Amino acid sequence: MSESRKLSRRQVLQGTAAAGALGLLGNVEWIGQAWGASDKVKMGFIFVGPRDDYGYNQAHFEGKAAVAKLDWVKAFDEEKVPETIEVQKTMESMVKLDGAQVLFPTSFGYFDPHIIKVAPQFPNIQFLHCGGLYQEGKHPKNVGSYFGFIDESQYIAGIVAGGMSKSGKLGFVAAKPIPQVLRNINNYTLGARSIRPNCTTNVIFTGDWSLPVREAEATNSLVDQGIDVITCHVDSPKVVITTAEKRGIYCTGYHCNQSKLAPKGYLTGAEWNWAKVYMDYAEMIRKGQTVPHLVRGGLKEGIVKVSEYNQVVTEAVRKQADAAKDKFMGGGMVVYKGPIKDNTGRVVIAAGKEHIQTDIWLESMDWLVEGVIGSTKS
Amino acid sequence: MEVGWWGVLIAVLGGAIRIGTPFLFVSLGECLTEKSGRINLGLEGTLVMGAMTGYAVSLHSGSPWLGVLCAGLAGMVLGALHSWLCSFQRVNDIAVGIAMMLFGTGLAFFLGKPYIQPSAPRLPSIDLGGWSDVPQLKAALQINALFLIGIVVAVVLGWMLKNTAWGLKVRVVGESADAARALGLPVDRIRILSTAQGGFLAGIGGSYLSLYYPFNWSEGLSSGQGLMAVALVIFARWQPVGCLWVSLLWGGAAALGPSLQSVGVTGGYYIFNAIPYIMTLAVMIITCSPRRTLVGVPHELTVTR
Repeated sequence: MSESRKLSRRQVLQGTAAAGALGLLGNVEWIGQAWGASDKVKMGFIFVGPRDDYGYNQAHFEGKAAVAKLDWVKAFDEEKVPETIEVQKTMESMVKLDGAQVLFPTSFGYFDPHIIKVAPQFPNIQFLHCGGLYQEGKHPKNVGSYFGFIDESQYIAGIVAGGMSKSGKLGFVAAKPIPQVLRNINNYTLGARSIRPNCTTNVIFTGDWSLPVREAEATNSLVDQGIDVITCHVDSPKVVITTAEKRGIYCTGYHCNQSKLAPKGYLTGAEWNWAKVYMDYAEMIRKGQTVPHLVRGGLKEGIVKVSEYNQVVTEAVRKQADAAKDKFMGGGMVVYKGPIKDNTGRVVIAAGKEHIQTDIWLESMDWLVEGVIGSTKS
Repeated sequence: MEVGWWGVLIAVLGGAIRIGTPFLFVSLGECLTEKSGRINLGLEGTLVMGAMTGYAVSLHSGSPWLGVLCAGLAGMVLGALHSWLCSFQRVNDIAVGIAMMLFGTGLAFFLGKPYIQPSAPRLPSIDLGGWSDVPQLKAALQINALFLIGIVVAVVLGWMLKNTAWGLKVRVVGESADAARALGLPVDRIRILSTAQGGFLAGIGGSYLSLYYPFNWSEGLSSGQGLMAVALVIFARWQPVGCLWVSLLWGGAAALGPSLQSVGVTGGYYIFNAIPYIMTLAVMIITCSPRRTLVGVPHELTVTR
């Protein structure tokens, strides 16, 4: 036994030679980095789920793929990174091993405490988080956030849904009653009611972001109640969309384009356009400009978009939807313009009062607009 | 057609069949395994592995039924592995089960990565609601052949356990390993075979999830059906036909939460959604008593020994 543990002289020599070669390689790589630092922008992306979930993560991955096509960008990503100490390790290794200049940890839960903890260790690296959690003065200087007003696209999708529905009953499968979700539900409903005032939206909260069986059950129950257009706000809309197609009703998508899953019923959808955001950031870093702490935008800024209409969408409905889209593009659209009542009859926005898209008041939304059947109370 | 509150009933009926079928297969698998004196907690992993295998095979071969078969075979391998590990001296089947659960789900996530996005061919459905002209009822009675197969398996398994030499052997091994050895029965081999067959059924249960309802392969597909099946078997008193009724009950309970919201009962949905889990807890509490043993429990189970 003891014989085999001893190293022979030959093994020692081989080991030393290998180590030397590795060291040399490492040096070459290091010199390469130092020389080439200015010509390639190195961007690291971190996703909480799989890259191809037909949902939130795929939308970000498509953005990454678009920016990776530029020959002066080197982009790398890691998927399925949990919102634990795991993401801190991923961020550190992306900076130290891959030489990332800018990191995009895309999940909501990555921010606190993970980004806040790691960012001060690398003051020259930008940490840009997707979501609205960054606060000036409170958080490290090399941190920023970006987010899109996807509820604008939901408003357009709502118009299409309201216009194409026969029963005037729309369905919405939602995960949890948090402000972002409620804003989507309210915009969808307001969009539909802008062209068809007696339209209703029936909401089912499933309770979590990914519960395929319950999402399918919710869709079936809604169809049984006579709704004929459905949409959702869950991590992956795949189950809702395929179930709707099987039941022969219309649907509108979310996060990214799901028209392949429901060629007959997919009317349109609210999509992210992260490619635009990531391209802009890459350009800023290339030119050596300071990266802004906050990037926000909707249809006008190109951060969100609307899926191409299905051919079944009638000309009249297209016109109404496009008119609203033009208004958003022109910057003159205010969705939350009083008088607006919630679904318990309480006036939440008095007549003559307006809340524009960037109004912070909208970010604490806890009510459902008149016409929504559902409750924010759990 | 307006169905209103009838919609809840229709959803519970449809849900009992739609959501209950995977419960049925997993609990039948667990029932057979436990009858031979072992507990296989790894069936949760088997279920997820079956779901992934079924989806992948269906996608590549174009035949969902081949996917179901391969899902069963994958489950069989995992079941055989579990009971082979347990056949060593002083190996605890609960601990191995937990390890197998993590192994099965981990392996399925690892191998299943490329199958999250593509759409595989779906298992066909059978219309049993042709007599009705209520479209909602028609939709609820669109069932999959696997449900019918599950009923047949439940009845046949119950009959075989009771009336055949094979069933007697399984039961003897499960009641008393010492007596089985005295009779010259190969205890380990019978347990390995029973657990492998149990794994086969659980794998098929998984393929139902990915290939029929909700028809999707993703990492959040199972919501603990494999683990809850262990409680279901206790509730069913280790009777295969009992597993059928219990699975239908659980399936219906899972459908209650969403359907109540759809008719406008908007409060308390977390509670309604938790009903199957509350029922599982209730079964555990009701059935655990230090003063008496359960009817039908195989005495070789580590939890009762």
